[in-house]
Amino acid sequence: MTHRFRDLLALEPLTADELTFLLDQSKPFQEIQKHPLKKLATLRGKTVALAFFESSTRTRISFGTAASRLGADTMNLQAEASSLKKGESLLDTVHTLDAMKPDCLVMRHAASGAADFVARHLDIPVINAGDGTHEHPSQGLLDALTIRDRKGRIDNLNVTILGDIQHSRVARSNIHMLGKFGCRFTLCGPAMWVPRELEQIAPRASIRRVFQVEEALEDADVVVVLRVQTERLHEPALSASDYILLYQLNRERLLRAKPDAVVLHPGPMNRGVEISPEVADGPQSCVLDQVTNGIAVRMALLFLLSAGHNEEGSHPVNDVQQPRNRRATDVKDPSHASR
Amino acid sequence: MLLVKNGRVVDPARNTDASMDLLLDNEKIVEIAQPGKISSNGFEVFDASGLVVAPGFIDLHAHLREPGQESSETIESGTRAAARGGFTAVCCMPNTKPVNDSASVTGFILDRAKTSGSVRVWPIGAASVGSKGEGIAEIAAMKQAGIVAVSDDGKPIATAKLARQVMDYCRSLDIPVIEHAEDVSLAAGAVMREGVTSTRLGLAGMPAAAESVCVARDVQLAELTGARLHIAHLSAKGSLEQVRSAKQRGLRVSCEVTPHHFTLIDEDVQYDSRYKMNPPLAAREDREALLAGLADGTVDAIATDHAPHEPALKDVEFDRAPFGITGFETALSLALEQLVHTGRVPLMRMVELFTSGPARVLGLERTIAAGRPADVTIFSLDRPWNFQAAEYESKSRNSPFDQRSFKGGPVATIVAGRFVHKT
Repeated sequence: MTHRFRDLLALEPLTADELTFLLDQSKPFQEIQKHPLKKLATLRGKTVALAFFESSTRTRISFGTAASRLGADTMNLQAEASSLKKGESLLDTVHTLDAMKPDCLVMRHAASGAADFVARHLDIPVINAGDGTHEHPSQGLLDALTIRDRKGRIDNLNVTILGDIQHSRVARSNIHMLGKFGCRFTLCGPAMWVPRELEQIAPRASIRRVFQVEEALEDADVVVVLRVQTERLHEPALSASDYILLYQLNRERLLRAKPDAVVLHPGPMNRGVEISPEVADGPQSCVLDQVTNGIAVRMALLFLLSAGHNEEGSHPVNDVQQPRNRRATDVKDPSHASR
Repeated sequence: MLLVKNGRVVDPARNTDASMDLLLDNEKIVEIAQPGKISSNGFEVFDASGLVVAPGFIDLHAHLREPGQESSETIESGTRAAARGGFTAVCCMPNTKPVNDSASVTGFILDRAKTSGSVRVWPIGAASVGSKGEGIAEIAAMKQAGIVAVSDDGKPIATAKLARQVMDYCRSLDIPVIEHAEDVSLAAGAVMREGVTSTRLGLAGMPAAAESVCVARDVQLAELTGARLHIAHLSAKGSLEQVRSAKQRGLRVSCEVTPHHFTLIDEDVQYDSRYKMNPPLAAREDREALLAGLADGTVDAIATDHAPHEPALKDVEFDRAPFGITGFETALSLALEQLVHTGRVPLMRMVELFTSGPARVLGLERTIAAGRPADVTIFSLDRPWNFQAAEYESKSRNSPFDQRSFKGGPVATIVAGRFVHKT
């Protein structure tokens, strides 16, 4: 299948077919994660620039690992080590990185729209690894992949999202992803974190607000628990004990959801705040699957965008799957990198 | 002497809409007469056939950036842009560096305007010292030096108490108080109007109430003090309703609306900082209310809020970009496009919004009559043109209307009997 993406800035503009394509492309890379040797040579000779203008541990490591498992080299820029503090503009910084000739830029930034802004000025593909309170598209994809694996489908599910949805880029990407497949959303949290405008951010998706967590969980197929973020300002701040009292996802509350409901959390979790330990570690929790799938999704994105594979072609890991005893590192056909 | 022949004179102050010839000297309008009645012997002649001849346009609200931010605009470049946009007089806001809060800064601006300006520059003085919202500025001395109004534009007069004191003082000085109405606590951190679009884009939004709460405060203080209060760049339906009701109660309250607020809405924002200004682009229903207010007389003036910023300042993340867009060169064409060509506002009323309307806010008259200043704006209703921000007069290019095609616009601008712009 051909694809039309140059960048991945948001899930909102993508169609259901395009999103399905991205999930399908991730599938073989999931298999790679099960191999004892996980390194491919697909992107050998390519360089991925990782520019994190906002602190991140897991997303940065996940993209870095994805790049390395594809055989790519990485350049790392972290805000605290960068020249941004010396007053250099974002545009000058990314132009400098671009001059070092990476094949792709993965960026996280605290300003919504920052990746969109940078993509307008650079010729290389830009992957948004989270922009302010806008979107976190790779998270939206890995959540969908995780749900599809567990439930066998992502269409027509009841999805309940708990927390500070107004300031959550994960929630927006979840809505724009799953909304394209007919999922119905129930957003739940204190009213100032769940403004009514959220009901209209995806015009074709059914979105409602519910302020009682018990009611919000009724009949849920999927529960997404958002991190109550201490590093970013909640507007306004709410006492943690009030939040736990009203909204913490605990075992008793989870009984309201369907028996086979799955629980997702983008991490890092505040155990005992937004989620109780028994739910976090319980059978319905997908938290660690999400982490593993994150690598697969990001490998697929880096492969699709930085290898220039935007024409018909076989998937690079198809070769790996055939003989059981063949190792991933045996795939060394340089044509993958030069195609 | 300059003879402007065969033009369609539209003069709202006299309710005139007729074909007339004008004779101007380098100060006053000498004569106005039926076409062909004034002999053209020896005079420079401008044939205005097919064009509208109006009293000189006044812009109540602009930022010329001099002194202090000359890399974004100067009095010279800004007034050239104003002339190209059809304006013959421009009121410049005091948020320069230093702030125009003293007679000496006012004097500097007027000196620069005299030596390098294309059009008349009418400074607006700060209401408070440094526009800091603490002590009252030397308003009487600035008035003597030439200011036409006071404002802490860029922000509101900080407290209700100070606003009350400024209004009391300005009432005694008979000078209008122009208010940038914004509740700064409601607007804190916001970069656009709060709504579905801001929520979708993940950009911090300010509610419409950030403006209308402050308008409510100021209208009540105008009632308390009897001051002349003018609401700058009014953008919200709720603010407009308060101005309408204040006028019905006989208060001396007026307001202006910018071309961008009657043309664009919040849904047009797409992380492009050329769409970032304060007050921000409003909701669809606000724009509808503004169009109604422009038609029914509630709005007194169209003002540009011309706010140039050099590219280095504006070409950054949306969150970090300064507020403001340029406006002189597109104002008239946007008014024609949105108001006249759509049939929402008669041509006479549109001309009023650029001439006698703003003049009245300042306590002046604006009309075409013998003995009046020879300031005239000549424009076309139908001539097609395309706005290229990079090729126009302003030093800055931060316009969301770059590359827009228009039908009708400024053709010639005459200040004191001389062409300051002619296409």
